[in-house]
Amino acid sequence: MTAAKLYWWASESFWKKMAIWITAASAVVLIFLTFDTVAKITAGSKRVPAYSVINHRIDYVFDEKRNHQVPVIGPEEPLFGRKLSEEEAAALVSKGKLTVQAKNCMNCHTLLGNGAYYAPDLTKAWLDPAWGSKEVREQLMVDFLIDPSDKLHNVLGRRMPKLGITEEEAHAVVAFLKWMSAIDTNGFPANFKPIEQSDTPAAANVSSAPAASQAAGAAPESTPVQ
Amino acid sequence: MATLGVLDSANLNGGQKLAVKYFTVAIALFGAQVLFGLLAGLQYLYPDFLYGVLDFSVNRMLHINAMVVWLLFGFIGAAYWLLEDEAGVPVVGLALGNLIFWVLTLAVTVVVLVYLLVQVGPGEIKSIWLINEGREYIEAPRWADIGIVVAVLVFFYNVAATFMKGRFTGIGGVLVLDLVALAGLYLAGMWYTPNVSMDQYWWWWVIHLWVEATWEVLVGCLLAYGLMKTLGVSRRIVETWLYIEVALLFGSGILGLGHHYFWIGTPEYWLAIGGFFSALEPIPLVAMVVHAVFDAGHHKLKSTNNPALAWMIAQAFGNFFGAGVWGFMHTLPQINLYTHGTQWTASHGHLAFFGAYATIVIAFVYLAVQKWRGNVWMSGEVVGSWRWKWAIFLLHVGIIGMTMALLIAGYEQSQIERAIEGSTWMGYFAAQAHPWFQQGMVWRMITGWIFAAGFLLLAWDLLTIGSRESRPARRLEPQEAMAAG
Ligand code: HEM
Ligand code: HEM
Ligand SMILES: [Fe+2]
Repeated sequence: MTAAKLYWWASESFWKKMAIWITAASAVVLIFLTFDTVAKITAGSKRVPAYSVINHRIDYVFDEKRNHQVPVIGPEEPLFGRKLSEEEAAALVSKGKLTVQAKNCMNCHTLLGNGAYYAPDLTKAWLDPAWGSKEVREQLMVDFLIDPSDKLHNVLGRRMPKLGITEEEAHAVVAFLKWMSAIDTNGFPANFKPIEQSDTPAAANVSSAPAASQAAGAAPESTPVQ
Repeated sequence: MATLGVLDSANLNGGQKLAVKYFTVAIALFGAQVLFGLLAGLQYLYPDFLYGVLDFSVNRMLHINAMVVWLLFGFIGAAYWLLEDEAGVPVVGLALGNLIFWVLTLAVTVVVLVYLLVQVGPGEIKSIWLINEGREYIEAPRWADIGIVVAVLVFFYNVAATFMKGRFTGIGGVLVLDLVALAGLYLAGMWYTPNVSMDQYWWWWVIHLWVEATWEVLVGCLLAYGLMKTLGVSRRIVETWLYIEVALLFGSGILGLGHHYFWIGTPEYWLAIGGFFSALEPIPLVAMVVHAVFDAGHHKLKSTNNPALAWMIAQAFGNFFGAGVWGFMHTLPQINLYTHGTQWTASHGHLAFFGAYATIVIAFVYLAVQKWRGNVWMSGEVVGSWRWKWAIFLLHVGIIGMTMALLIAGYEQSQIERAIEGSTWMGYFAAQAHPWFQQGMVWRMITGWIFAAGFLLLAWDLLTIGSRESRPARRLEPQEAMAAG
């Protein structure tokens, strides 16, 4: 090579300085954003609700302003008919999360869209119409988790294995799934069709509390998760 | 000196003797990755295959964990490989480094046996400590995490202390700083929280900031060294390129992290930040292609080690297509809303990990066997050269075939499951049962077998290449040799 004149943009020292400054600046911005984000996704925040949300009906309703579906917290509808305190709810959801990790759910399913692709996404599993009706879903989910090996739900012959999930763990997993369905995911999954949860028209009239009518799903003044 | 063509550790310096141990385990684990990938792939076609014995989740966990570990072993080996050469002094604390190799290898063996034999635990914290953590890619139980951190600290001590005692080249400086970040990031994945949004927020720090930032820079260092060694490119050129790559990789990749924060509960500003910065991520990958191809062309492809050079060129293109093109295709939120968590993602994951990382480790193993056999001839017409050529060809037909098959399945899935059916269980299985999806799975399997054949040929070649050579390695031209220093 001939000894060509070295331009500033081809000099080693220039790029060394650029590498240092660009990296430092990006890292600072990321750390700053992390503080903000962590505060906004702590359980009990607007986007990620407190664990006691499992005492309520949860729906996933189209929001005109944001132009996608958002979780809506409805009237009281305790899981397994038992209202839990904040601490009890947190303990139950945590037990569910531990079970999800110990049983390796994420190596077949996705949670919030991350994981494996051999089985359906669980983000909105609590709201899935496949459970039939809201009256039977809790028990169906528990039964399924305890022994899915004889419950074929598809034409492909793909079955979930029996993972040794106890009844207690199954309850906890259902609580975890119900809580997860209340997270504001910016509209993922899109176009999801949740299970029918509105009360019968007669019942809806009876429970005319504001929260209940908001949660009915069709109500335009639906509020996002608080 | 030992006879040319015979494997003899007297041909290696201290760090290199340790490096070839790491490389040996790496290639064995590569084999395990392929085996469990095949089992998992077969279960898509025959769901009852090994059901209740080695379920899909177990096979898949072993598949991706074997991958992470063999690539890390390969990187550690590569760092030990170049260490004495770059620093100009023997490795500091090598005995400790040797000990840690055996500790790590033993730990990996125990973890694999527990995955295979125990598989799952009760829903308690002790399962996470002893059996598996249940978080994709970093499933290793907590005791192993701690062991890994200790081992990496020793490795880091070896590298940093050796450079400090000898000389800090540009490659050395970037490597040391990068290893600090790489090891530190692992800590972000080492704690439990019930909050799945928080969990995934930090989980992505490990996964994304590894593969799209710190691993990329590490590969930049390895490529710089490899191009100097095989082609005799001057140090000033490779190190200037290295700084350019660091600036562009970190400048786009650090905030590009945001492309995983679209849908996990994190605030809406990540849609813009993640979309914008991750869309810039292909730029440094283009730079790396230009760099490698220009250097190779400038030196008229006259290299000291043809297989290693071929795998480095494959790295440049594989990185560009797998990470740059396939990553870019689904990185904007408007598209990712429908492709997120489908076979699209798997298509990208396969081409990117193979193209960017498997390739560079293989290149270094070729550098290693050459020197191990007494710096034997590995340029044009090395005896039995059909083997390395067929191996690289079959592996690429296999990986590109799988990538394409998964891409088609992913297109179908994002249309039918995501867009039309709205991601319900029924929608999921409607898409899985669709002929286009099923054909994709069949083709993934066919090309998977081709990949496996390529792997066997590669392993055979690594064991034998150069053994029937009596010619010494091609020498770099005088000015090249001087530049390579
Ligand atoms: C060598 C570098 C890279 C590797 C090894 C890699 C690997 C992966 C893997 C394995 C996943 C799936 C993670 C999971 O299991 O959930 C993933 C996801 C993703 N990657 Fe990459 N990647 C690389 C670079 C890139 C680049 C440069 C871009 C963008 C330009 C990109 C964009 C994405 C996106 C958007 C996702 C999320 C997919 C989803 O929503 O499901 N990647 N990557
Ligand atoms: C014989 C060859 C292979 C076969 C049959 C195979 C098969 C599979 C299967 C069935 C999965 C699970 C996908 C799912 O969850 O639905 C998977 C995941 C994965 N494989 Fe492979 N694989 C092979 C080779 C490789 C290679 C060579 C690499 C990289 C070097 C690789 C990297 C990955 C990654 C990163 C994932 C996770 C993808 C994600 O979560 O998006 N595989 N593979
Ligand atoms: Fe990423």
